[in-house]
Amino acid sequence: MKYFFKRLLEAVPVFLFIITVVWAMVRFVPGGPFDSERPASAETIAAMNAYYGLDKPLYEQYFNFLKNLAKGDLGPSYKYNGWSVSEILAEKAMVSLQLGSVALCIALLFGIILGVLSAAFRRGTLGTAFSALSLVGVCLPTMVLGPVLILLFSLKLKIFNTMGWNISGDIVLPAITLSFFYIAWISRLTRSGVVEELDRGYVKTARAKGVSESKIFCVHILRNALQPVVSYLGPAAAGLLTGSFVVESIFQIPGLGKFFVSSALDNDYTMILGCVMLYAGFILIFNLFSDVLLALLNPKIAKELKK
Amino acid sequence: MTSQNKSFWADIAQKIYTDKFAFVCLCIVSIIALACFGADFISPFDYQTQDLSLGLSAPSCEHIFGTDQLGRDVFARVLYGGRISFAVGLLATFVAIVIGVAYGTVSAMLGGRYDSIMMRIVDIVYTLPFTIFVILLMVAFGRSLWLIFVAIGAVEWLTMARIARASALDIKSRQFVEASVTLGQSKMGILFKHLLPNMLSPIFACAALTIPSVMMLEAFLSFLGLGVQAPLPSWGSLIKDGAEIMEDASWLLIFPALFFSITLFCLNRVGEALSERRRS
Repeated sequence: MKYFFKRLLEAVPVFLFIITVVWAMVRFVPGGPFDSERPASAETIAAMNAYYGLDKPLYEQYFNFLKNLAKGDLGPSYKYNGWSVSEILAEKAMVSLQLGSVALCIALLFGIILGVLSAAFRRGTLGTAFSALSLVGVCLPTMVLGPVLILLFSLKLKIFNTMGWNISGDIVLPAITLSFFYIAWISRLTRSGVVEELDRGYVKTARAKGVSESKIFCVHILRNALQPVVSYLGPAAAGLLTGSFVVESIFQIPGLGKFFVSSALDNDYTMILGCVMLYAGFILIFNLFSDVLLALLNPKIAKELKK
Repeated sequence: MTSQNKSFWADIAQKIYTDKFAFVCLCIVSIIALACFGADFISPFDYQTQDLSLGLSAPSCEHIFGTDQLGRDVFARVLYGGRISFAVGLLATFVAIVIGVAYGTVSAMLGGRYDSIMMRIVDIVYTLPFTIFVILLMVAFGRSLWLIFVAIGAVEWLTMARIARASALDIKSRQFVEASVTLGQSKMGILFKHLLPNMLSPIFACAALTIPSVMMLEAFLSFLGLGVQAPLPSWGSLIKDGAEIMEDASWLLIFPALFFSITLFCLNRVGEALSERRRS
């Protein structure tokens, strides 16, 4: 518990650092949110800037931003009139969250099962086939897999809709596309973890004591072998987020990833900031979560960090 | 660790040679890369010459991979696109090596408190959503090819820094380095005479794995429309264009996707073979 709070405290300055950097970067970008194809008159732009407080000195803008952030107010969107950033984000994030969590569950489930299987059969042809397959999985980018899946299952076999986000079946193809890489990667991590643990002394001791094979495997080996997988959860979450940029644009899903890219192209300051904050916060929380889980699995790590 | 008395290149050659599969992969990648960089001699067509009378045409004897909507030869576009993907892969990896190795060795040389602070920074930066920063960079400073090199290299140096530090620490503690210190060799001398030459092998292995991940990142950016700009093709943008009209013209998607996937697979396989420690 103490460990948890320590990590939480560490995450706060990192988070502040991220949003400050992003704020500065977004603000010093050439071109404002009101540049559009049809140039508005100088007075209009000045009035707009004044309305949103963009004409104040930079440090004042920064403090205003932090003050509003503390109140949970992310400001209005510059591009979508009348909408606040929080409203839009909440709506888009739900879609991405659904997709991401389904993909993560698929990746964990299949990744671990495949990894255990390929560790069990590691000496036969089956094991070789598994590891070759996982290498293919690691190398097949989502931008290739997505269109291929659509071509196969939607256009040829007509099982799923090509794109869109209307019925519950629409989640299947994007989730598979998104999780494919992680299935492969997690199965590799699991496999090498299990293979390493199999020869350890404690396994022999447990066997000598007469513990059943299945119990040795589930209680002793998996607990240790899954540590690399758990510590991979943080990067995996980050990867799933960025992967969703591509997947959402392939499958035309109205989620956060697609939205983030388009608001970055539009110079919609508050929107970019809101998105990045959401992403950064999410990734930091996930890292925290995976660290704590790791400390629970392995008391050694927790002890070392307490020193 | 690799044995010290063997030269660096001989070591690499042996690692590749003993792993037949990796050797085949290396050959395939080399052929693809050569074809891409020698596209001017191989392909009779240019990547941007349009022939609207052709329109979308399926693969034929003249255009072996077919043509796209504007009548541009897909074979030429795939090769020229590959050239950009490879160029980004190699240059950005080079940037990553320079930053990462400098950071890692300095951290290892300084040791003690500096070392732990510098590595803590790497740990923290590691958790940041970096791809998002690359996107912001591309948006902020326009989409020039040079910026892609720098931005991607600036993201990929972290792993390199860790590996460089670990191997520098390992070599630093060896007896021949201690002997050299006793003989009065300066810190700089140690760094350039002993550390760097002996670190080449792990750095090279890491670089071999960095190249495909850089190419993936470049394709990712180009796919989102943030990378290489038209009419220049890259594998990412070709796949994107192909995906948009795959119903009518699947060859526009299949060929770049095939080239891209095969290259990634082979590069990864070679990288893995290099980073495998020889059991002796």
